[in-house]
Amino acid sequence: MKEHETAVELRDIIKNFPGVRALDGVSLTLKKGEVHGLIGENGAGKSTLIKTLTGVHKPDQGKILCEGQEVVFSGPLDAKKKGIACVYQELNIVAELNATDNMFMGNMKKKGNSFFLDYGYMNRKTKEVMKSMNQEIDLTKICGNMGMGQLQMIEIGKSILQEAKVLILDEPTSSLGEQETKELFKTVNLLKEQGMAILFVSHKLEEIFELCDVVTVMRDGKHVVTMDTDKMTQDDLITYMVGRSLSNLYPKVEVPKGDVAMEVKHLSRKGVYNDVTFSVRKGEVLGFAGLVGAGRTEVFRGIFAADPVDSGEVYINGKQCRIKSPGDAIKNKIAFLTEDRKGQGLVLDEPISKNIAMVNMLNLQKGLFVDDRKLKEQAENTVKKLKIKTESIEKKSGDLSGGNQQKVVIGKWINTDAEIFVFDEPTRGIDVGAKIEVYNIINDLVKEGKAVVMISSELPEILGMCDRVVVMRSGRITGEIDRKSEDFNQESIMRAAWEV
Amino acid sequence: MKTNILKNKKISNIVGPLIALIVLSLLLTIITDQFFKANNLLNILRQASINALVSFGMLFVLLTGGIDLSVGATIACSGCMMGIMIKAGIDNTFLLLLVGLLCGAVIGLVNGLLFTKLDLPHPFVSTLGTQLVIRGFCLWLTGSASMSGFSEGVMFLGYASVGGFPVCFLLVIIVAIVASVFLNKTAFGRYIYSIGGNREAARLSGIKVKPLLNLTYILSGVLAALAGIVMIGRVSLAYPNAGDGYEMNAIAACVIGGASFNGGRGSVGGTLVGALIIAVLNNGLNLLGAKTDIQNMILGLVVILAVFVDVIRGKQEEKARRLAQARQ
Repeated sequence: MKEHETAVELRDIIKNFPGVRALDGVSLTLKKGEVHGLIGENGAGKSTLIKTLTGVHKPDQGKILCEGQEVVFSGPLDAKKKGIACVYQELNIVAELNATDNMFMGNMKKKGNSFFLDYGYMNRKTKEVMKSMNQEIDLTKICGNMGMGQLQMIEIGKSILQEAKVLILDEPTSSLGEQETKELFKTVNLLKEQGMAILFVSHKLEEIFELCDVVTVMRDGKHVVTMDTDKMTQDDLITYMVGRSLSNLYPKVEVPKGDVAMEVKHLSRKGVYNDVTFSVRKGEVLGFAGLVGAGRTEVFRGIFAADPVDSGEVYINGKQCRIKSPGDAIKNKIAFLTEDRKGQGLVLDEPISKNIAMVNMLNLQKGLFVDDRKLKEQAENTVKKLKIKTESIEKKSGDLSGGNQQKVVIGKWINTDAEIFVFDEPTRGIDVGAKIEVYNIINDLVKEGKAVVMISSELPEILGMCDRVVVMRSGRITGEIDRKSEDFNQESIMRAAWEV
Repeated sequence: MKTNILKNKKISNIVGPLIALIVLSLLLTIITDQFFKANNLLNILRQASINALVSFGMLFVLLTGGIDLSVGATIACSGCMMGIMIKAGIDNTFLLLLVGLLCGAVIGLVNGLLFTKLDLPHPFVSTLGTQLVIRGFCLWLTGSASMSGFSEGVMFLGYASVGGFPVCFLLVIIVAIVASVFLNKTAFGRYIYSIGGNREAARLSGIKVKPLLNLTYILSGVLAALAGIVMIGRVSLAYPNAGDGYEMNAIAACVIGGASFNGGRGSVGGTLVGALIIAVLNNGLNLLGAKTDIQNMILGLVVILAVFVDVIRGKQEEKARRLAQARQ
């Protein structure tokens, strides 16, 4: 392979924030025609590094070199002009506008010197750019009606339009399904062949190995190692990341199964899911696999009465239940940990203690009033039990890292008398260390005889943690595989999930 | 130690408006002779009372992320209902007060149901609608005439005083204490903050969001009606155009007192200080010979200033949070 030219280089970057050194002498070289992985636990300094590259943060020491020339970015615009583009996790898309409007936002092309916009040109250019990524685009559609995958393509297209030479993708797959992820990888490889330098930030080890040529590991603001991916194993990578070796990513424990805790029969909602029947036992972890949009989340939102249901029955401990509101579901001892922590799980502006008490505050009353001593005691105990990293229970939950936020959501529910725990994508967007802690919490729950349902789009996680897996496709159950079966593997699940 | 931080934080949100109130008062004491006189100060409390009561109701609604533009019309409506009863020969004090408050509760319930049952979008529009309906209803009901002849008992809250201290402001203090205890010490009160902070998360935590939302609008209506009763005591009249524009003063008091339009933030104490600032401002400008025109302009600027200060505070918090996160 020929030696690639350097597109951008960070040399010995030091960045201090009051009281903390976020980057401690980090160097990074991105080469043209190369996909460079960046991995590290939350707080390792990845975000600060990205923001240094995009001109948001100014380094206190160290140099930035673009194609060998030293540059100083006084702001994000400078970096943009030098051809450094970044697609952040939260996309900058206006849902009510179409692809062209979004792609040219802030950069509209006018007809000559007039005030009128040249939509002919912009539409043509949009199609051209999308085509260069092998994407078809429907310009009559507003972005709100497109999938996450396509929106990401539009964002990437924006970068191409601005003639970016360096593309930073910040955890691009965290909200994509398998199929969309594949599409994205194809596009990234295409851009790589065209000579773009790509920095790919991800929490998913498999993706790093699948997509990246080189990987850099960061820990505690320091550069740990940069290495060709074909020269290392997943275990090496984990060891570099956490600084110690983790014997097992999935600390599965098996406990004897008890009676059926919840049985769902013929649950249907027109156009969303159809005739869904399954059961989960006490002490069991039941996985729900399938593509994004297969209807897994919707089924459990239906059971929990977060959305209406057309027909079907739910039995808890053998008795049929009429669940009409989330409150009813909680009375029937169901806990539902939504996939969208920030949007549906937490009140970000409120302290950890109050978020933890959100479900059971009525039980913490002394007479008419909430007993604050009890509320705090509960919060302190939960923080200790779940190892939530925070200096105070009065800290706003919005100020916590993703993994710790997830633990607060879990804390909300373990203080109730729930017997059935539904985890929807419990480890999305959290780092490896926190993931293992979440798995251990799940283990503790089944050891206590609770029933656990885990909806997950990450197959290794399903295979690693579940006793049984139910596979859904387009609103129907298309497979059910026991851990003991020889079909309990990635291929069988994928076949059931895609099944052409 | 940890409780101290929480308490300090709560207090610190009121400190800004409180300092503004004190500075404003000192300033007026220096530049006018009449301001710092017992009579004038008691007068200010009287003037602040109606707005304070309406503002407390508005605060409940703002905390959930909503708004109630019908409170001004509700003031008139409760008064007019009572006036009509007097005209019809019913002068039982208890019955009159009951109907007045009930009138507010019904209006609040309608506002709540429009939002929670019919799923109309932001209550800004629906309560603007009810405002017009109620105001029109009052004009129709009374034939655009004002009504008098209220009994001593009805007027008591508005004009009486105990040892020189106005009863209406005692009422404000009592309502403030009850409202504050409700919001801070009871589960339902705290849920109101949670609903404003994240309605979906609250719903999925089993909180009965819709009944609680209805409750906030009912409280807003009842407190506006109570303000209407105080107003009858102050002017001895009920008339269909009473309370015109009072919703704006109430919103101003809440905002000056640190309430957020996005819901989830605001306090009874801050709102009370906000209402006092407005009253002191109007009183001071009166003493300086400024008329309503100037008063309105300055009040408007103060509201804008308050929001601006709030924005800056938000940015500082955001910055502090970023730094804290980087430190992690």
